[in-house]
Amino acid sequence: MSQATIETQPRIDSLRVLLAGDWTLATLPQPIAGFELRLRELARADPGWDLLAITRLDSVGAILLWRSWGRRWPSSLAVSDSHRSLLARVEAIQPAPPVPAREPLAWLVVPGRLSLTAIDNLAGMLALVGQLVLDLLYLCTHPRDAPWREFSANLYKSGAQALPVTALIGFLIGIVLSYLSALQLKAFGADVFIVNLLGISIVRELGPVLVAVLVAGRSGSAMTAQIGVMRVTEEIDALATMGVSRSLRLILPKVAALAVAMPLLVIWCSAAGILGGMISAHLQMDLAYGFFLDTLPRVVPVANVWIGLGKGLTFGLLIGLIACHFGLRVKPNTESLSAQTTTSVVTSITVAILVDAVFAVVTRGLGIPL
Amino acid sequence: MSRPLAFREPPPIQIRGLCTQFDQVVIHRDIDLVVETGQMLGLVGGSGSGKTTLLRAIVGLLAPSKGSVSLFGHPVLDSNPLRRRDLRRRFGMLFQQGALFSALSVFDNIAFPLRELRLLDEALIRDLVLLKLAMVELEPRHCRLMPAELSGGMVKRVALARALALEPELLVLDEPTAGLDPDRSENFVKLLKTLQQELRFTVVMVTHDLATLLGLATRLAVLADHGIVASGTVDEVLAVDHPFIQNFFASGQVRALAAGRAD
Repeated sequence: MSQATIETQPRIDSLRVLLAGDWTLATLPQPIAGFELRLRELARADPGWDLLAITRLDSVGAILLWRSWGRRWPSSLAVSDSHRSLLARVEAIQPAPPVPAREPLAWLVVPGRLSLTAIDNLAGMLALVGQLVLDLLYLCTHPRDAPWREFSANLYKSGAQALPVTALIGFLIGIVLSYLSALQLKAFGADVFIVNLLGISIVRELGPVLVAVLVAGRSGSAMTAQIGVMRVTEEIDALATMGVSRSLRLILPKVAALAVAMPLLVIWCSAAGILGGMISAHLQMDLAYGFFLDTLPRVVPVANVWIGLGKGLTFGLLIGLIACHFGLRVKPNTESLSAQTTTSVVTSITVAILVDAVFAVVTRGLGIPL
Repeated sequence: MSRPLAFREPPPIQIRGLCTQFDQVVIHRDIDLVVETGQMLGLVGGSGSGKTTLLRAIVGLLAPSKGSVSLFGHPVLDSNPLRRRDLRRRFGMLFQQGALFSALSVFDNIAFPLRELRLLDEALIRDLVLLKLAMVELEPRHCRLMPAELSGGMVKRVALARALALEPELLVLDEPTAGLDPDRSENFVKLLKTLQQELRFTVVMVTHDLATLLGLATRLAVLADHGIVASGTVDEVLAVDHPFIQNFFASGQVRALAAGRAD
């Protein structure tokens, strides 16, 4: 391979430019912009071009020449037939269609489009809920079609396999909460109230919210990604052609499994939290384990447990529905898959906390001993 | 290619003593293969004979257990990352499913390898992309489409345009016409042939489709029994007495196609 070269030969009345060597992407001298500038300057004098000594010409070389000629044929040109056809091909390049200009009303269009997407999502979610209700009614009359295997697989994946991580997080939060409150309570001589504080806050509030965040990140994202990939690889269409309802076989088991697993995980996580708090209180304030366990049921009315369980059930249903809904909206490309998975997790967590606030307002008269 | 000097450029592909083994399963045993500049080699073999594995070893996606693959005289798995990258810019690969980047538009897919060079300005890249699009007989209005919106034939064409973006001297094709109907498949073969005559690149391909094979390949290599049992021009290979070859090319259609090529 030889480098591309430019040679000029002054003639009596005109200039002759001799080009030689390999005019290819790999052999053009770097930087290409500087090389092109030189060609352009030569082209200004409208010399005679001799391209016969060029051994190889590729599209980069051809485009470079064509551009330096100002996108038209020079008045005097000697070139081999094959290179001429390549240059003719460059001549035939059509301009790219213009990029659509930015909309002048973007400040109005963007929020409008966002609200339309939100409405679209809500409608989709409502349709999904409706479909699941219809599926449940169908199952009442055809109990043999119930997707028990899928249900149990999902229960294992999103419930049993989440046990270690939820216990760990609950335990650590319990320790932190107990440790920090103990410092404050000691200052007021209100040591024994640690039981009330830990009991109510963990059972009623922290347990359900912690589990919701964990499950949304752990199982919700997995469900969205799984359904999304099944859409990309047309597995969902394959199910449909076999006459298997995707909502009955894919979505219902997921939503139902989360609705069952979440309350159980909430209890489990709260128990771990109380245990952590109890150990921490014992080490910090010498509070006997027996006293702690004795006091707990007296100061934390059982209504709190029911509220915690109710939250777990609601969050489970919501996370499952949101995860499946966004999974079904994945378009067959990688970008959409990642975007929908992110949206699914963010929406799940936001909705869980929103609903948690609603719970706090609605149940404000319940389960607080005074 | 006749050159005045005795100096010869090293062949685009040189495989020496290649062995591939997955755990206990032997795929290739001592494969030697040389592809010379300008040849169009078709790799044939039964399912599971390791055609695609060999192709992956050629482009350096898979390290062989023993032996070496050299492209243009350089080892494909060079330990120097810069030299390895430069070597990879000299060949293009067309994947079976196209392997277009689904998050990028048609234009950006073809522009991607050009932009990665960091040598060309955006205006030059635009002209190049439009030229490549015209080469594979697509229109500028297809630029803004996303891969998900393309038909199977168009995906192949865009993937070919992307493989050709860096003016490769070697083109590696994995099942170039799989999933295309016979009519489109024939068009695609014609397109490849025209482009090869113009750009003079070397081709290695794996295909099951006899029409594609006999339409494109100037040479054949037959993979069977963990090795290459025959290699040479189509007629030479057809003359070899091996059960796989006799089965594969058994139909009278092959002889007819092979005869048709001669005209």
